[in-house]
Amino acid sequence: MTDYEPVIGLEIHVQLATATKMFCGCALSFGEPPNTRTCPVCLGLPGTLPLPNERAIHYGLMIGLALGSELAPRSIFHRKNYFYPDLPKGYQISQYDEPLCNGGRLGDVRIHRVHLEEDAAKLVHAGASGRIHGSDSSVVDFNRGGTPLAEIVTEPDVRSAAQAREWLTLLRTTLRSLGVSDVNMEEGSLRCDANISIRPIGSEGLGTKTELKNMNSFRFIERGIHAEVARQEALLHAGEQVVQETLHFDPRTEAITSLRSKEQAHDYRYFPEPDLVPVAITPQMLDKARADMPELPAAREQRLQALGITAANARQLAWRTELGDYFEAALASGAADAQALANWICNELVARVGEEDPGASKVAPGELAKLVALVGEKAVTVSNAKVVLDRMLAGAGDPAAIVAAEGLGSLDGGDDELEPIVEAALAANAGAAEKIRGGNMKAIGAIIGHVMRETKGRADGAEVTRIVREKLGA
Amino acid sequence: MSATDPTALTAAAAVAAIEDGTLCAGELFEAYRAAAAADEHNAYLWVADGAPEHDATGTPLAGVPVAIKDLFCTAGVPSQAGSKILEGYRPPYTATVVQRLAAAGAPLLGKTNQDEFAMGSSNENSAYGPVLNPWDRTRVPGGSSGGSAAAVAAGCAPWALGTDTGGSIRQPAALCGIVGLKPTYGAVSRYGMIAFASSLDQAGPLTRDVGDAALLLRHMVGHDRRDSTSIGFPGEIGVPSAQRLDGIRLGVPEELSGEGIEPGVLAAFHAVLELAEELGANVQTCRLPHAPHALSAYYVLAPAEASSNLARYDGVRYGARSEDGGDLVEMYTRTRSEGFGAEVKRRIMLGTYALSSGYYDAYYGRAQRVRTKIADDFHAAFERFDFVVTPTAPTVAFELGAKTADPLSMYLNDYCTVPMSLAGIPAISIPSGLSDGLPAGFQLAGPAFSENRILNAAFALEQAIAFDPTPARSGTR
Repeated sequence: MTDYEPVIGLEIHVQLATATKMFCGCALSFGEPPNTRTCPVCLGLPGTLPLPNERAIHYGLMIGLALGSELAPRSIFHRKNYFYPDLPKGYQISQYDEPLCNGGRLGDVRIHRVHLEEDAAKLVHAGASGRIHGSDSSVVDFNRGGTPLAEIVTEPDVRSAAQAREWLTLLRTTLRSLGVSDVNMEEGSLRCDANISIRPIGSEGLGTKTELKNMNSFRFIERGIHAEVARQEALLHAGEQVVQETLHFDPRTEAITSLRSKEQAHDYRYFPEPDLVPVAITPQMLDKARADMPELPAAREQRLQALGITAANARQLAWRTELGDYFEAALASGAADAQALANWICNELVARVGEEDPGASKVAPGELAKLVALVGEKAVTVSNAKVVLDRMLAGAGDPAAIVAAEGLGSLDGGDDELEPIVEAALAANAGAAEKIRGGNMKAIGAIIGHVMRETKGRADGAEVTRIVREKLGA
Repeated sequence: MSATDPTALTAAAAVAAIEDGTLCAGELFEAYRAAAAADEHNAYLWVADGAPEHDATGTPLAGVPVAIKDLFCTAGVPSQAGSKILEGYRPPYTATVVQRLAAAGAPLLGKTNQDEFAMGSSNENSAYGPVLNPWDRTRVPGGSSGGSAAAVAAGCAPWALGTDTGGSIRQPAALCGIVGLKPTYGAVSRYGMIAFASSLDQAGPLTRDVGDAALLLRHMVGHDRRDSTSIGFPGEIGVPSAQRLDGIRLGVPEELSGEGIEPGVLAAFHAVLELAEELGANVQTCRLPHAPHALSAYYVLAPAEASSNLARYDGVRYGARSEDGGDLVEMYTRTRSEGFGAEVKRRIMLGTYALSSGYYDAYYGRAQRVRTKIADDFHAAFERFDFVVTPTAPTVAFELGAKTADPLSMYLNDYCTVPMSLAGIPAISIPSGLSDGLPAGFQLAGPAFSENRILNAAFALEQAIAFDPTPARSGTR
């Protein structure tokens, strides 16, 4: 049986976080009552004309710079014509053959283009179907209509569902650090379509592609691509053909259904928008965009690695902007070593806050640095420090105070204090002691466990091991 | 018409009389309001109830009212673009140019009839009935600004606003024996003008004489940030005063001044050329080699833009919606089938076809290249000539119904006006004289933003021609 590899290109729609809409002065909507963020222009009333949002163009240029695109000195808007109730003018103002940005690369994926356009309004369908066909009635909320979008189109460089997910994470972080979008998939400010085909491994050609529409979480994208690749493989293995069509992935049932085939594809009748003059990018606009560029995740990753942080930790901190920011704030307090801090943030803290921003937790970065410093000074053991961290997340405040109040500090009496406890542990676990004497160091766990119970975790495990070895001559 | 009838005055004379205190703006408004309400040419679709409350004293236009073509949006006032699909539509905002005129002291007198969405050359495409020509009520007034032209010619408006996409100001001005000017594309804001073809539409004045055209235009032009294609006007529109045309070089394009022009119209045109020479002008033949292709290019480009501009009339948000139920596509289909007239549907289909995948380059792309060639032709002509002059329309006003069955012969009305529209340059039509008792037009076109020079030359010619417009007004009152 032939083995196939997936060839995947992604199209990402990013709602830009401008103050106003793409072509009118309406404020962007964040859940206001329906149709309260509208004006004659975004309602497409007769006689109205669009006026391009300069901030959106600025953000588009920043995205282009971040992706290493070629920025077109002159780009034009086109009309994309089709009838739908969420499109008040009967056309969407978009870009066609002269987009704002051409080419580029992010990580291991090449960028085809980036262009600007306006978002459609939101349809709400009454009735069981939840779709326009078969609904009892449908109502339109034009608050979202006209929101600025940047559409980022990649080259077909993605080779797996997992790679798609990982790359989208990098893209999201990049966009977030640019500050051009909220990049929130659940709220629709980041939406992704995938063009998927498969080909025999080793082949250079491209198979027939399908387009998987509008998946609204990274997890669904990964599962959707996975399911579609499997579907295409099954078709080809059964001697059938992949049909070019637009597909919908239902994350609930994992079912893939056809939205329309190539024969039913729209003819959008693109033509240059006569109501808008071409966008001319001036050197001043480029300078302004360059001046507003922050450090991007890829650069941050390198800088963090140069601090002596492991590659895995550096990537995690750089690709989750809020983790990186938290790390840098903690490091700036000067209290703790960079790698130790990175370890604590990437492992212990992330394990506790999950996807949340640690900056919004009750542990200030400087306080975490203090805790990590206490561990470094052996003033508290690692296991007790984890307990202290739990207390801090619950709002208990200063780590040193918690250690003092709860008696969690390391034993500080040296061997005089520790030796009797170790001796007692050896006596109580004679079997284990015998094994250690016989060279089986694995058995030391029982001894250490005993000491830790006796000391409430305040003993240093390494010290305990040293004393045991001395006592038993192991 | 009595000597004391204030509607006998040109708009400029009325402004002067109000400033002198010999005429009261309120009385003038009422006289026109009554004339508009009593109009028998179907020129108006809506007439104001009474004079506006705010005082126009001290404003440049002193309260002399203006009739506005239906397709300009006027807040709270029906703005239907002559179409059934916008029946009863009252916009929530007012077009920039109407606001400018109101601010300059010209209140809204009424909304004038027009061809549906400005598509037509006879005003027979209005959903609200044809407009009659005040010179002969069995004939058309031209179009698409036929209501504006007829209202001014009949004395039911001191002046009016029209729009010109391929000749829609100049041709009805010619057929009604008045003055009509299409400004340089971008001189007047398009914001609030219900669009036909965005890259061609331009608002302009329809007036009794050249002086009034200059005065109204002066208060129309200007940059508008809400229209990104708006440029504004460099400097001001002045008061035309030229008496002579010494040294002025007039180019008569072979392509637009011979074949297809009615003999009577051609005779009136040549008579004006002789007058021009007497005034000192140098008249010579010139070439606009691509002008014969203008109409073909226009009937690809304008319908293409229109097919998209008119997509918004879908019955979802405003205007008419078909009463018959059905699903979404049926609602769209029925609403648009019932709401649009035959000519509008014809152009939507033409435009949709021209933009279709696989045909775009052959039609839209090629038409754009022809458009560029035509602009180049004018550019070359203006290196040798100050103005290009032609008959405005090939014929005088024709009888109602004469061309409705033959769209192509109707389209030929714009043969001489479309080239300037495609080139985006300004052009004026002034009455050249009568042919069989009906007015013919003389068109004078210049380079972009040459409106002041055009108005001055037209003013000198107007004095020499001394056209008598009274036959159009005799039957009205």
